[in-house]
Amino acid sequence: MNHFLTIEGLTADDLNGLLDDADEFVEVLHRPIPKVPALRGKTVATMFFEPSTRTKMSFEKAAKALSADTMSFSPGTSSLSKGESLKDTVLTVKAMGTDAMVVRHKATGAPWRIAEWIDQPVLNAGDGAHQHPTQALLDSLTIRQHFGTLEGLKIGIVGDIRHSRVARSDIQAFSTLGADVTMVAPRTLLPVDPHVFDATASENLDEVLEDFDVVYVLRVQAERGGASVFPSLSEYTDRYGITKERFARLKPEAIVLHPGPMNRGVEIEGAVADDPRALILDQVFNGVAVRMAVLFRLLGGERNE
Amino acid sequence: MSDLILAGGTVLTAKGIEEADVRIRDGLIAEIGPSLEGDETIDCEGAWIGPGLVDLHAHFREPGQEWKEDIESGSRAAAAGGFTAAFAMPNTEPATDSGHVARFVANRGVEVGLIEVLPVGAITKGRAGKELAHLDELWAAGVRVFSDDGDVVEDAGLLRQAMDYLAERGGVISQHAVDVGLSSGGYMHEGSVSSLLGMYGIPSAADDVILARDIRLVEMTGARYHVQHLSTATGVELIAAAKAKGLPVTAEVTPHHLAFDHTAAHTTDPVYKMMPPLRSDEDRDALRKGLEDGTVDIVGTDHAPHAAHEKEVPWEHAPNGVLGLEWAAAVANTFVDLDQAAFYDRLSAAPARIGQLDGQGMLPEVGGPANLAVFDPNVAWTPSTTVSKSENSPYFGLQLRGKVIATLYQGRVTALDGVPVS
Repeated sequence: MNHFLTIEGLTADDLNGLLDDADEFVEVLHRPIPKVPALRGKTVATMFFEPSTRTKMSFEKAAKALSADTMSFSPGTSSLSKGESLKDTVLTVKAMGTDAMVVRHKATGAPWRIAEWIDQPVLNAGDGAHQHPTQALLDSLTIRQHFGTLEGLKIGIVGDIRHSRVARSDIQAFSTLGADVTMVAPRTLLPVDPHVFDATASENLDEVLEDFDVVYVLRVQAERGGASVFPSLSEYTDRYGITKERFARLKPEAIVLHPGPMNRGVEIEGAVADDPRALILDQVFNGVAVRMAVLFRLLGGERNE
Repeated sequence: MSDLILAGGTVLTAKGIEEADVRIRDGLIAEIGPSLEGDETIDCEGAWIGPGLVDLHAHFREPGQEWKEDIESGSRAAAAGGFTAAFAMPNTEPATDSGHVARFVANRGVEVGLIEVLPVGAITKGRAGKELAHLDELWAAGVRVFSDDGDVVEDAGLLRQAMDYLAERGGVISQHAVDVGLSSGGYMHEGSVSSLLGMYGIPSAADDVILARDIRLVEMTGARYHVQHLSTATGVELIAAAKAKGLPVTAEVTPHHLAFDHTAAHTTDPVYKMMPPLRSDEDRDALRKGLEDGTVDIVGTDHAPHAAHEKEVPWEHAPNGVLGLEWAAAVANTFVDLDQAAFYDRLSAAPARIGQLDGQGMLPEVGGPANLAVFDPNVAWTPSTTVSKSENSPYFGLQLRGKVIATLYQGRVTALDGVPVS
């Protein structure tokens, strides 16, 4: 593995291998001193061309827990605002001495371009509405921890799938790991061609809700302009919101996940988000472990505990 | 002046295909016959000889964007690809919306002297779609093809005015047919690949609805109408239906829409980004078949140079367009079943006729102008270089069949084996 750009094309063994490594890093993170020297002397640059707080902090925490140094790039205060090209920016940062780059960009494919320009590992931390592969790992890890496997689970992904890199990555990871995935959304928020995914599509949440072992709630991206894709937020909540009433209809062992940040009262009711069966903070914790696993895999560190 | 002999090829003449040599003297075809001898000979064994190719759709970027291409480098690329004439689209800076810009473009072509460069005139002032350009001045400067290429003429009322004006004179409207409401915000064909990538798409209907509207306007005005870079199967059907009604409508397909489909865009490599986008394999197959049966009249390259730094960006930020002049003939021959007569029709005679261009696209005859393209349909080769100023070719590394081995413009050899002769 030279880069970590996409879930597409990875096998169940690839994914389970990374999740097995992540399990070990979960154990590391529970130690009194949650840190190993595996990547001492390595420098990881977080290049977030699209602003993000949580994913960037998670990658930085992961790098530091492996004893790597971190450098970070923020577009607002950078030379990008002076007209420097993406390629020149990346080559400039690399020349300072990096060993890997974690890239988020709102343009689809940007991490692939960067991987062509620099001869070191590139980790995709989210490109456009395309891929967010470490999110898929942390979600898969959270589900695997809870159920032991994804094999045979029924997972419903509810919400704005069309504009979601989380959904694309998750659908591919969950289905590769043997889950039976259903995309639930109004037609305007389903992929234009849903058949490209190994999943079924439904426009009616209430018809399929009770089958699910996992309900994965996507964020309503108000910045996408709700009016053009559905008539009103309240209509969305009525039809697709995970309300207390819908939560009560789930199987008793079913869990609820959300990638954050949540719009309480829109796609998920506050009481559901705070229920012990909503594993949202477990997802966040696992994010650090899976990012450690990927960084460790790419930077080829010797494990030295 | 010395005699040049094209020896051993098959010559497409008005009488049919002849195995004969061709003698070139004083810019003209002096003789067509067996076993000719002269001062200089080009071996054309196994190759087709026919009229020099004519491109109804090229971007030479001059004036205004000479870092991408200019009339000299564009002419060199055209000559290398077998062309002896090319229509230069008006999306220059300033736009070719007045007589003096049109004359500048044509004169630069004459100065370079490798091909005939025909300026296409803008339909609207500044290509802004608000009011008619100086169609009178452009007409007086010799312009016969009018287009806002790069942009659609969105306002049907304004297009109707242009059609009425040009119908009277016999000019042709060349439309970049895309509905802005359906296409805006989109970056590639709306379909399986855009769904996989989460990229905003441009549905096929974006092209089709404008074409359908425009055909109705042709019916109303009687103007000659040419649709650029047809990209959809439905578009082919619309053209067939319009022709069946006897409307003066013609259509072009680009080499890249013949060679590729949208799966090439899965790499998000911006070399495959263009407008209209690469569409589905069904669309591509319909275009191939349409060119083969003549529903689609011509290959137009939409040769669109962009500098490396402009394409070395993420897909969404990259400008639309790819190079095409040097490989158009090979691509048409590789992906479409065209015999010698059909090949020179789609790439030379028909575009010259649509562009109302005298002295080009004429089948070789004694006493006729020696504007010729010699094309060997059987050579297999893999392009890896270009003579354009830019390098945005999607054909590097793609095996093609057929190669232009010589181009003659006004009796002078302008390119040999893909290399311009200056």
